[in-house]
Amino acid sequence: MVKALTAKTIAKHVVDGKLFILDVRNESDFKNWKIEGKGIKTINRPYFDLIDGVEDILEQLPKEEVLVVCAKEGSSVMVAEMLEEAGINDVYYLEGGMKAWSEYLMPVKIGDLKDGGSIYQFNRIGKGCLSYLVESNGEAAIIDSARTVEAYEDFAKENHLEIKHMIDTHLHADHISGGRRLAEKTNATYWLPPKDAEEVTFSYEALEEGKDITIGHTKIEIQPLYTPGHTIGSTSMIVDGQYLLSGDILFVDSIGRPDLAGKAEDWVSDLRDSLYNKYNNLSKDLVVLPAHFGKISELDEKGAVQASLGELFEKNEGLNIESDDEFRRAVTENLPPQPNAYQEIRQTNMGKIDPSSDEQREMEIGPNRCAITE
Amino acid sequence: MNVKQTLDTKGLSCPMPIVKTKKAMDGLASGDILEVLATDKGAVNDLSAWSKSSGHELLDHKEEDGVFKFWIKKG
Repeated sequence: MVKALTAKTIAKHVVDGKLFILDVRNESDFKNWKIEGKGIKTINRPYFDLIDGVEDILEQLPKEEVLVVCAKEGSSVMVAEMLEEAGINDVYYLEGGMKAWSEYLMPVKIGDLKDGGSIYQFNRIGKGCLSYLVESNGEAAIIDSARTVEAYEDFAKENHLEIKHMIDTHLHADHISGGRRLAEKTNATYWLPPKDAEEVTFSYEALEEGKDITIGHTKIEIQPLYTPGHTIGSTSMIVDGQYLLSGDILFVDSIGRPDLAGKAEDWVSDLRDSLYNKYNNLSKDLVVLPAHFGKISELDEKGAVQASLGELFEKNEGLNIESDDEFRRAVTENLPPQPNAYQEIRQTNMGKIDPSSDEQREMEIGPNRCAITE
Repeated sequence: MNVKQTLDTKGLSCPMPIVKTKKAMDGLASGDILEVLATDKGAVNDLSAWSKSSGHELLDHKEEDGVFKFWIKKG
């Protein structure tokens, strides 16, 4: 019998394990986006080239432990069964396919807060999206929530937390925010930067400098800092004076792209000012927690993505461009392709369109692509 | 278009649309045109890639009310 592996199990292998993957999606989908990791080996052979038999590829595969992956599961089960019949031991398939992989959120504890409470990073490892849960005295705030809010709901339930605040650092273009939906469900306040919300169809609380958000009795402070550039509203957050949630402005290996709302040239100087002036004036001891990662090598040994601001000012190329001209070119020319369906995703996040949940899953397929480099 | 046979895979999900298309194609002669109806979105990319890799020609495809129609000429 071929066995199912869940996205959760595979996430563990991606962080610190080994796995041989036969990806049976078509070549273009595979090239666009796949499961990656230090100990992951992958070959691609579309399932439709294997309908008559798997003999051709047997010599490229190990004799045991092969994970077959496809878009939704069906084809991987078919190929896995054929491999097992051909004599390979322990053949697995990815339960729910790449769709499930795209949606899995891995919670990783980042650290404790000074007066009790803690902060967790929820790593959507398949898409490179990072969201955060800050908790103190039974209350929680969630920042840059993924569409699949069940992971946060389960976590809150297990840890007896009441979700009080849902915060988006900006209007996302790569994924559909779960912020508004979970806020409605839990009676939490939904925060969005007003400059990103000019066209939204719903009511929200304005996320602005000076409006500190507190959770728990110990007053964990979440302090908004206006840092435009990726979008005109992009707002960073300083949590407990220790953590800088940098949204899509600053990543560990790259910086945010200014073009996804169609105004790259207009926003270049904002982006430069946010990174080179506003961030530069902050304490270099702040731990930067971004909203995305691009490469799996950005994950540390426990699967977290983080770095001190000081370290990033030394190592991140995007923070070390001297001339304004060179910076303009770096953030407007030769950018990677845009995220899949990014215009429809922005419309959805504004409340202007309301796709079905199947359509929403489909829109989010692929990597996040919010940085200027891949 | 002179369609020799129509294959209805509506409601079926991957891999069945292609498995059935392949079977139907095996029964046709070179130059015959097979029309395939499908509702699985993945079929669009997969059928064009499959046609290429197996020497058939995807003449055209379009979407009508959520149903994808493909015309493939056997190579």
